[in-house]
Amino acid sequence: MSEKIATRQAYSEELAELGEKHPKIVVLDADLSSSTGTAKFAKKFPERFFDMGIAEQNMISTAAGLACAGKTVFASSFAMFASGRAWEQIRNSVAHNDFNVKIAATHAGITLGQDGASHQAIEDIAIMSVIPKMTVLVPADANETKAMLRALVKHKGPCYLRLGRHPLPIIFDKDFVFEIGKAQVLKQGTDITIISIGVMTSIALEAVEMLKAKNISAEVINLSTIKPLDKETIINSLKKTKAVVVAEEHNEVCGVNQIIGALISKEVDFFCPMETVAIKDRFGQSGTPDELLEEYGLTAKDICEQVEKALSRKK
Amino acid sequence: MQNKEIAEMARQIRIDALTAITKAKSGHPGGSLSVIDILAVLYFGIIKHNPKNPKDSERDIVVLSKGHASPAMYATLANAGYFERQDFIENFRKIHSKFQGHVDHLKVAGIEVSTGSLGQGLSMANGIALAYKLDKKTNRVFAILSDGELQEGQNWEAIIAAAHYNLGNLIVIIDANKIQLSGRIENIMSLGDLETKFKAFSWDTQIIDGHDISQIKTTLEKAYTRDINGKPKVIIANTIKGKGVSFMEDTEKWHGSAPSQEDLQKALLELK
Repeated sequence: MSEKIATRQAYSEELAELGEKHPKIVVLDADLSSSTGTAKFAKKFPERFFDMGIAEQNMISTAAGLACAGKTVFASSFAMFASGRAWEQIRNSVAHNDFNVKIAATHAGITLGQDGASHQAIEDIAIMSVIPKMTVLVPADANETKAMLRALVKHKGPCYLRLGRHPLPIIFDKDFVFEIGKAQVLKQGTDITIISIGVMTSIALEAVEMLKAKNISAEVINLSTIKPLDKETIINSLKKTKAVVVAEEHNEVCGVNQIIGALISKEVDFFCPMETVAIKDRFGQSGTPDELLEEYGLTAKDICEQVEKALSRKK
Repeated sequence: MQNKEIAEMARQIRIDALTAITKAKSGHPGGSLSVIDILAVLYFGIIKHNPKNPKDSERDIVVLSKGHASPAMYATLANAGYFERQDFIENFRKIHSKFQGHVDHLKVAGIEVSTGSLGQGLSMANGIALAYKLDKKTNRVFAILSDGELQEGQNWEAIIAAAHYNLGNLIVIIDANKIQLSGRIENIMSLGDLETKFKAFSWDTQIIDGHDISQIKTTLEKAYTRDINGKPKVIIANTIKGKGVSFMEDTEKWHGSAPSQEDLQKALLELK
């Protein structure tokens, strides 16, 4: 875990790479290409890059039109604006039409950092998951991001890809093959399952080491496909551990924890306490990513506390 | 098709659209009747299309941004031979039917994109036009908008973008019937001088009578043959909401209410 890379950077590199083999790829951005990383693709393939200016709603519906004419479209902006400003366009122009548009939204979550609350999307997973036909992906490191993109160019249909600005440790191998809808068990354990999303996966892996010192054996599932949900991997793990902590850099309200909670209620017939590590229904603020993770209770220490809480409730 | 035949076709489309709305007991007669002459000229006199092969790569594209005019669109496509007219008339707006209240491209042959939420069709048409330019294809892209719909801000984002990207392969037709759901546009949110506005946004702009078949055809023919790398083109077609049925004309009353059987009979007397 030496070099740290942001998932947006991996997106930038892989997209420019994929552009060579896939002439149908076109890329749209809303005046943020140097930040989202689409500038790299734009430089290499200027004729296949369209800057739509500061107009996300038009960008998303234009993406739908390009997809209608057979293009594989990647549309990027900050997660806040891509998912929030253009929600209805994503719902009606893209998803209801079943067009092949990949919304690659960068700078998600509070780890965006110092720009503060107006730019920190903590609701995007909820508002994207609720749209029928939408696939929702959140990679945990640079290599998974690249693997996801390789899978996405073969996938037809709308997708929301949640990317971040915060550099993350490398977890996956370079040649990792990502399968949409398949969660990965990154650590085997017997006492508790930690289901982690995005930024929280490397933090969960840190927590595993801290828990080891307390003789707690934790299993970590990297839930990089939020939708469609890999129920099988989750339930198989819960059958073994019978307790779970969900860790996400997202509002707890309507977050992934509630998707897991519903799954447990419906499909698990044993007692399985669940605790969450998430943003407690409050807006973000300016600060460095590490300060913010600490302030909002998203550290390895927080995960350990919730693990112990869940274990204390275990029968 | 000769102008006289197109006019005859428009008359049949009006009858079919109103009959379907009446049977469904739901739909939008006013904005359907205002756009029918434009649709009839497009499909029977201007565009390349192939009802036997709706996805023909040589076809021109029509995006109906005012998706609530679906009865006009379905009736046009039925009369062009995309599907059985009776299938549409019997099943419009019915459960499990392909003829949804607002046009759905996943269900009906000849529909290119699903619309209904106003203000998104022009952006989608821009996307299609961009793709065709990129692929050096000469297919034309038509977008039909309502005037009321121009209150949606997204249209103005798209109007800026179409000019920026020189979408000369795009031809926009505004069905300017001056009335929206709850009243006259000038009283609800006036749009001002659309011609001046479009010109200021660097569009090639023209105003026509949207019920004069000959004028619609001549104007569209000219727009069709102009430089596809030049300015995007807009034709502001002055129309009458409810056109063709005297008691439906120029009122918001028939924006979204279906005629009764009795109303339909009265309307058919005028149309037949």
